[in-house]
Amino acid sequence: MIRIDAIIKPERVNLVLEAMSKAGCTGFTYSNVSGRGTQEGVEVFTGRGGSTANRVSLPKVLITTVTDKSKQKKVIDSIISSAKTSEAGDIGDGKIFISEITEVIRVRTGETGTNAI
Amino acid sequence: MDSGHTAWMLTASALVFFMTPGLAFFYGGLVRVKSLVNTIMLSFLTIGVVTIVWTLWGYSLAYGSGELIPSFVGDFSYLGLVGIDTFASEGEAIAPLYDVLFQMMFAIITPALITGAFVERFKFTTYLIFMVLWVTLVYAPVAHWVWGGGWIGADGAGALDFAGGTVIHINAGAAAIAAALLVGRRRNPGLQPNNVPYVLLGASILWFGWFGFNGGSALAADSYAVNAMLVTQIAAATSATVWGLVGLFSTGKISGVGVATGAVAGLVAITPAAGAVNALGALAIGLGSGLICYYAVELIHKTKMDDALDVFAVHGIGGLWGCIATGIFAIESIAGVKGLVEGSTSQVWIQIYTAVGTLVYSFVVTFVILFVLDKIPGLGLRVSESSENQGLDLAEHGEQATVDDGAN
Repeated sequence: MIRIDAIIKPERVNLVLEAMSKAGCTGFTYSNVSGRGTQEGVEVFTGRGGSTANRVSLPKVLITTVTDKSKQKKVIDSIISSAKTSEAGDIGDGKIFISEITEVIRVRTGETGTNAI
Repeated sequence: MDSGHTAWMLTASALVFFMTPGLAFFYGGLVRVKSLVNTIMLSFLTIGVVTIVWTLWGYSLAYGSGELIPSFVGDFSYLGLVGIDTFASEGEAIAPLYDVLFQMMFAIITPALITGAFVERFKFTTYLIFMVLWVTLVYAPVAHWVWGGGWIGADGAGALDFAGGTVIHINAGAAAIAAALLVGRRRNPGLQPNNVPYVLLGASILWFGWFGFNGGSALAADSYAVNAMLVTQIAAATSATVWGLVGLFSTGKISGVGVATGAVAGLVAITPAAGAVNALGALAIGLGSGLICYYAVELIHKTKMDDALDVFAVHGIGGLWGCIATGIFAIESIAGVKGLVEGSTSQVWIQIYTAVGTLVYSFVVTFVILFVLDKIPGLGLRVSESSENQGLDLAEHGEQATVDDGAN
């Protein structure tokens, strides 16, 4: 079993979740987060005049899902194709992290492993 | 008894009242969310405290029938408003209590304006005491100088201050620098306003209320009131547009907070002039306030002083510009005296020295009041470092502006 953490642009969240469902993800959790990658933050006005400052973080969405390793390529492809904001992709489109999961337990029944996904 | 005059002055009083809650949201949107309730409360509770002070002795000190110190301050003839007739006498257009009501709303918003200088770090209990002292020792005398028969107004130097450019704006602006200097800089001023829609909504409420502020200052429903309301609109709209354009040329973007501030700067500048200028004069005053206040904000940000919400740059400098501009653009047929545009320099000079007199008095007395409050054990101006870091909403009020996590 693997855990996929995808950081994407907030405006893509509906498209990405739809694509992930089609690719076989049965569930997900997402949260609104702030952060930045290699891109610089964003310039904002600090108050009533024209002074600006660089805001180091941008709004992002973090989607977390756990799935069977066999579905890895399909799910990853679905995230990449739906999270890209243009054909060639843009700075800030996001990143995907994959990690191994040792156990999954469904609270209601106590089932474990892939049955619990 | 004239029901037209009475109806308009009651309406205008309610309009001016509404400016203070508007200001609360204007300032509230500009701070960080952890001190949002506190910033709104600074204005909101001003309504409570100043109303009591005004009723008990404030009105009397400003507009009493005699003078404790000639040309300087009223007396205690109307303590508790006793002695003012409830009913209009023969030939009187409005029952005399209207003046208490209308002027009360001005006394409320003025200390609320000052709070912008020390948001996010001022001790709330000290603020309550400050307000009582400030209205008594600064606001009431200055109101007396201009409107109560003192040395600035018609019975003195003859300065033109229709709706309170001196009494409200220069006065609050000067007090703001004294407060900012004494309370010191914020430890971490934060990055950006928490709620720009609040700022624009607050500015819109202020603008709306200002129609009562300026339009009511003719103290009648007459031609002066019509002209005052028109020039108010023209100056505010011009100033907002100019501010937006200056911002566009210098930063490449038009900031919502900037345009809201531009509108307020225009409203401040037209305040003393609303009974003296015509529509073209209002255009010029709005153009001037948009340019001057924009650069004043920029300039003051370069100093070490932390006037957090630019009270001095907008109300102090905007008020000074408006006061001087009144002497420049006054039209004899409206103001009764010639301004610079009609070839007379004397009014400009009167406007300048009375404005400077107010500025100095307000700065010095505010400084002394706050200096003393800072030394009194148990009071002090500033909250503790941990309270400031935590935010004044939790530290001073035990509340938060919004609670959106699952623990609620």
